[in-house]
Amino acid sequence: MKKLFHEFLKGVIKENPTFVLVLGLCPTLAVSVSVMNGIGMGIAASFVLLGSNIIISLLKNFIPDRIRIPCFIVVIATFVTITELTMKAYSPALNRALGIYVPLIVVNCIVLGRAEAYAQKAKVINSLFDGLGMGVGFTLALILISAIREFLGTGKLMGYTPIKGFEPAFVFALPSGALLVIGLLLGFFNILKNRKI
Amino acid sequence: MRNRLIVNFSPHLHKDESVSKIMWMVVISLIPAGLAGVFIFGLNALWLIILGIVSALFTEVALQILTKRKITVLDGSAFITGLLLAYNLPAHVPFWLPIVGSVFSVAIGKQVFGGLGQNIFNPALVGRVFLMASWPKYMTAFTKPFDTVTSATPLALLKEGKLIENISWLWLSEAKPLPSGLYLDLLLGKKGGCIGEVCILALLIGAAFLFIRGYISWHIPITYVFTAGLLTYMFGAKGLLQGDWLFHILSGGLILGAFFMATDYVTSPLTRKGQIIFGIGCGIITAVIRLWGGYPEGASYAILMMNAATPIIDRYTKNRVYGIK
Repeated sequence: MKKLFHEFLKGVIKENPTFVLVLGLCPTLAVSVSVMNGIGMGIAASFVLLGSNIIISLLKNFIPDRIRIPCFIVVIATFVTITELTMKAYSPALNRALGIYVPLIVVNCIVLGRAEAYAQKAKVINSLFDGLGMGVGFTLALILISAIREFLGTGKLMGYTPIKGFEPAFVFALPSGALLVIGLLLGFFNILKNRKI
Repeated sequence: MRNRLIVNFSPHLHKDESVSKIMWMVVISLIPAGLAGVFIFGLNALWLIILGIVSALFTEVALQILTKRKITVLDGSAFITGLLLAYNLPAHVPFWLPIVGSVFSVAIGKQVFGGLGQNIFNPALVGRVFLMASWPKYMTAFTKPFDTVTSATPLALLKEGKLIENISWLWLSEAKPLPSGLYLDLLLGKKGGCIGEVCILALLIGAAFLFIRGYISWHIPITYVFTAGLLTYMFGAKGLLQGDWLFHILSGGLILGAFFMATDYVTSPLTRKGQIIFGIGCGIITAVIRLWGGYPEGASYAILMMNAATPIIDRYTKNRVYGIK
């Protein structure tokens, strides 16, 4: 049990997909304009990650090694389609806000990366916790980035205005602001990591 | 008797110059433009300049203490960054704008890369572009000279097509007489604009000082101004070769950028050939943005883009080492 919990925590901190593995930056840059978008994207990607990790881990003995990538993509695309149709049915506003980036989860390198690097070699239960951890890590990273960007770029947080009279710096709502925030956060986490050792 | 003969390796030539001396000389050369700006726009401009400089120096010290590096705040580079950033602001912006801009310039534009000599982009321009993208409404709220009424810059008027009534440009092609004193006003700085960019005469005095002392060479600024002038002359008006090149050279941040920002040692090419390419590139981009782009002025973006191209220019214009094929 402890080992499984460790598997889970690894994705959140030690191998955080955004800040340590630096994977999946395209959706991170694109959708982290507001916290709501960040949470939506994080949950969608987590669901796909969890599902694909479990299925690929289950099928690992049946997938021929040479054509494993197309097989992984088929499994991932199935889950992405489920996610997209569900999102369209129950929260069309979020689906509109995330736009093309929901179907693009298919090629999100976190999902494919975990399938390739972990799920195809590990036990099902381990893969489940790995996927869960990576999903939570991705979601937390997205929430952090989008909270900074939403506050600095529009002066709001989840739609509320925390500080009156704050003049938002519009650049943080632009893609260049996303690169800036992610770069500075990466540097900050690297400082933290180096200090521990 | 002491032995006066010193045996040493080359180089034997020694010049009484250092990075910090050159930096302070550039500061001196920028003073006339600042004085002119304060004279034209009032004391508020002086406060903005002081705030910009103080916060740039403070950021430099704070970051060097924080990262446990040698404190080199007195070498003048942070001073210049703060000064140039304030020169790039309209005269009546809120007081926190130069502070935020200076902090961003020094922290993100310079110290993140490792301090003086390591930055790829001109720090003051990084700050300016950041402010421009963040608070465009303040950065484009220019005031009239000797007044606090808002007015547009000549280039903005040109872009909006309002110049036809105010000052001419299309008049040239329509063969109407030019309003007298337009170029003199542009030269002396009686126009809307940023604090340090308006008085072309003062900038040219400072630039002449730098030329005479040999701190800048003609290769970047002259090719820059010439290319921008040539392109605006060729394509500036409806017909070919009818543009008002003098108007374009004398307005906006072209002179400030060409003589004081594009010539930054750190972010411009090392070789003469490279510097000429750099200047021509800046001129082309500036003219393209002014004539066909969305912004009225493009000097800052032009210099930043060519800053990004500097490493590749340096690579292709490497001097041949003597004795090697």
